[in-house]
Amino acid sequence: MSSGTKNGYQVHEWESLKGPFNASYGKVMMWYFLISDTFVFAAFLVAYAAARTSNAETWPLASEVFNTVPGLSGHGYPLVFVSFMTFVLIISSVTMVRAVQEGFMMNRVGVMKYLIPTIAMGLVFLGCQYLEWTHLIHEGMTMWHTPFSAIEGTEGPQQFGMFFFTITGFHGMHVITGVILNVWLLLETAKGRFDKLGSYAMVEKIGLFWHFVDLVWVYVFLGYYLL
Amino acid sequence: MSEVTAHHDSAHAHGHDDHHHEESWLTKYIFSQDHKMIGKQFLMTGIFWAFVGGILSLFFRMQLAWPNETFPILETLLGSWAEGGKISNEFYYALVTMHGTILVFFVLTAGLSGTFSNFLIPLQLGARDMASPFMNMLSYWFFFAASLVLFMSFFVQTGPASGGWTAYPPLNGIRDIAINKGSGIGFDLWITSMSLFIVGSTLGSLNYVSTVINMRTKGMTFDKMPLLIWALTFTAVLGILAFPALLAAAGLLEFDRLLGTSFFLNNIVINGDLLAYKGGSPLIFQHLFWFLGHPEVYIIIFPAFGIVSEVLAVHAKKPVFGYKAMVLSLGSILIIGFFVWAHHMFVTGMSPAIGKVFVIFTLLIAIPSAVKVFNWITTIWRGNLRFTVPMMFAIGFVSLFISGGLTGIHLGNSTIDIQLHDSYFVVAHFHIVMGVAAFFGMWAGVYQWFPKMFGRFMNETMGYIHFWGSLIGGYLVFFPMHFMAGVPRRYYAFDQFQSFNNFQDVNVFITIAAFLVMAANIVFLINFFYSIFKGRPVTEENKNPWGANTLEWTTPIHPGHGNWPGELPTVYRWPYDYSVNGKEVNPQNQPLEEGEQGH
Repeated sequence: MSSGTKNGYQVHEWESLKGPFNASYGKVMMWYFLISDTFVFAAFLVAYAAARTSNAETWPLASEVFNTVPGLSGHGYPLVFVSFMTFVLIISSVTMVRAVQEGFMMNRVGVMKYLIPTIAMGLVFLGCQYLEWTHLIHEGMTMWHTPFSAIEGTEGPQQFGMFFFTITGFHGMHVITGVILNVWLLLETAKGRFDKLGSYAMVEKIGLFWHFVDLVWVYVFLGYYLL
Repeated sequence: MSEVTAHHDSAHAHGHDDHHHEESWLTKYIFSQDHKMIGKQFLMTGIFWAFVGGILSLFFRMQLAWPNETFPILETLLGSWAEGGKISNEFYYALVTMHGTILVFFVLTAGLSGTFSNFLIPLQLGARDMASPFMNMLSYWFFFAASLVLFMSFFVQTGPASGGWTAYPPLNGIRDIAINKGSGIGFDLWITSMSLFIVGSTLGSLNYVSTVINMRTKGMTFDKMPLLIWALTFTAVLGILAFPALLAAAGLLEFDRLLGTSFFLNNIVINGDLLAYKGGSPLIFQHLFWFLGHPEVYIIIFPAFGIVSEVLAVHAKKPVFGYKAMVLSLGSILIIGFFVWAHHMFVTGMSPAIGKVFVIFTLLIAIPSAVKVFNWITTIWRGNLRFTVPMMFAIGFVSLFISGGLTGIHLGNSTIDIQLHDSYFVVAHFHIVMGVAAFFGMWAGVYQWFPKMFGRFMNETMGYIHFWGSLIGGYLVFFPMHFMAGVPRRYYAFDQFQSFNNFQDVNVFITIAAFLVMAANIVFLINFFYSIFKGRPVTEENKNPWGANTLEWTTPIHPGHGNWPGELPTVYRWPYDYSVNGKEVNPQNQPLEEGEQGH
């Protein structure tokens, strides 16, 4: 049992008492927070589905909207760029898992070794999102206006643009949060804070958040790019 | 551990009040991380808002009762909102909106579950504090910020939000429309306040759930937890799952308002001009709103359920009847409660087939609710009842819950609901079942745990006056509304409608009864604050005044931060061992006697 004081307050006597799933309270809290966050995303995606299915205008085809790759000319690359983004984000989950595993083994250098590529891939994803957004805004897509349409010569429903920027923006905000948390984690690991604490549980908790951000992207990708 | 104990023992020698470190006035009373102080902060803020919300209701009740009279006092109080002593129709809607918002979110959510979750979860589980005391403090301060923002909205020039507490678009989706003055900055502040509130509520709920899962003392297995803790845990789970929908909906609504997007707006015509909004659906907002809105009523009533279960068992000195059935019925209400939201929307042109599904789920909820009522009645059946003030309020709660719950069965049927929708029958139903009843649960809790909170008793005579005034007054206010089943809600005045005008005398009657309830609660207010300073003190012999088994009464009279000097109590028995072993009270930390079977 841990003892003593922390920030002038007594540390919980039962801090080491594990709950039913052998999880510390911080982990339980993170799990419940993620369930809560899932419901925010679910609300956005359900609203998106309802707006899309009830829309009087024809919904644009994703393969015709997202068909360019920065640096390459022409419109012949349907979903190529977003597939690359998705790939990067999912691989970043793999490196995060490795960081968590190194944390279990109390390997400070190992944690740092895998956190750096995780952060880098998060930043690559955000950079790609920046390029995608600027490209679409350049094409004339905004919160009020969708220039793309499945029918030649017409405009698409503005709901397409609205929901696109809202949902991917909300997800991007989570990626930014995740990157900031990971950078903090990297700095604290480098300072040796978790060695002193005797536990790398924080890596696991932030790892949970990072995996959640990746998992949610799969649903955004499914709802916006594939269906 | 040994270090902690030793530390505590020395603190013990100086008296229980001593904290193990020096605290300034600011960290003890304002930025406190002690769950007990945070609970009291929630209670005080809740009481403040309850009176604000109650006074607002008196204002619009006066308008409904005497639509053609003028009251100079109203002009003094409300200024240009009541020119000539008559409330303006715009401000009437602001009053109704703010009354709903304040009572539902600030009083019956934060004031009820915030107070009792904070105060009682660690005490009844045998924990030093919440899992994260810092997050707990943040949860209060987010609530405080939300309160401040909403309070500010009373003082903006266009007035507070006035489009109904449900915030439906398109009325609330467009800024600064002439027919809805509160749709300006007042409603922006409303959305800001709600968002802050949701952040605070989520921080609190995460803390409550993880505290219950991880911080229980030795021996406090799930099947030995008091029913109140079960109820508060389920409340927190409901909050975690339901509030995100409102957060998403409020965000999209604010986009519509500030950016001019069309999430919830479509083909709006104002004064013959077609606005640019196209392709949105206000129904999506309603679905998202009620996905929060319906579980929200369980967020309100669950803590009252839990408090009443405790209070009835303690004051009847009988084990609670059907402990497992109580927990299971709470759990099933939690789950089914997420599948009934569209029963608020039967008149939106919903497909009857879908409506049927929601009718079935809604009526299903009646079963666990009836199980609970049955168990409360059987708990006190042939018990050794003490009609103390908290007990009176708990019994009053059961009465009100039955009265209000039965009309819920009527309204849950879409065929009847379509006739009664938006009439005073609905107002009667939900005010009795989740308004007055939840308040009775809250009052029962306040009277029950006041000695633990402040180390003093509240005055009993004043408590009985408060009880009878509220019970009789509450019924007199809301029971006649059942007869106004054809009269629409939210009307500013009925004198232009011959058929509705027939109910004018009823409206006068209701308003007078509303003043009676307010008078009873002023007695409560005086009693509450007087007793904090001058009430009869709790003595060492009378440390457990109601003879309860739960752990909070094993703490010192004025527990410091950390709750128990020395070691935490160990739990050996369930909380309802009343009248066994030849003793009325067998606290949870009392070891089983030889040969005794634990529950």
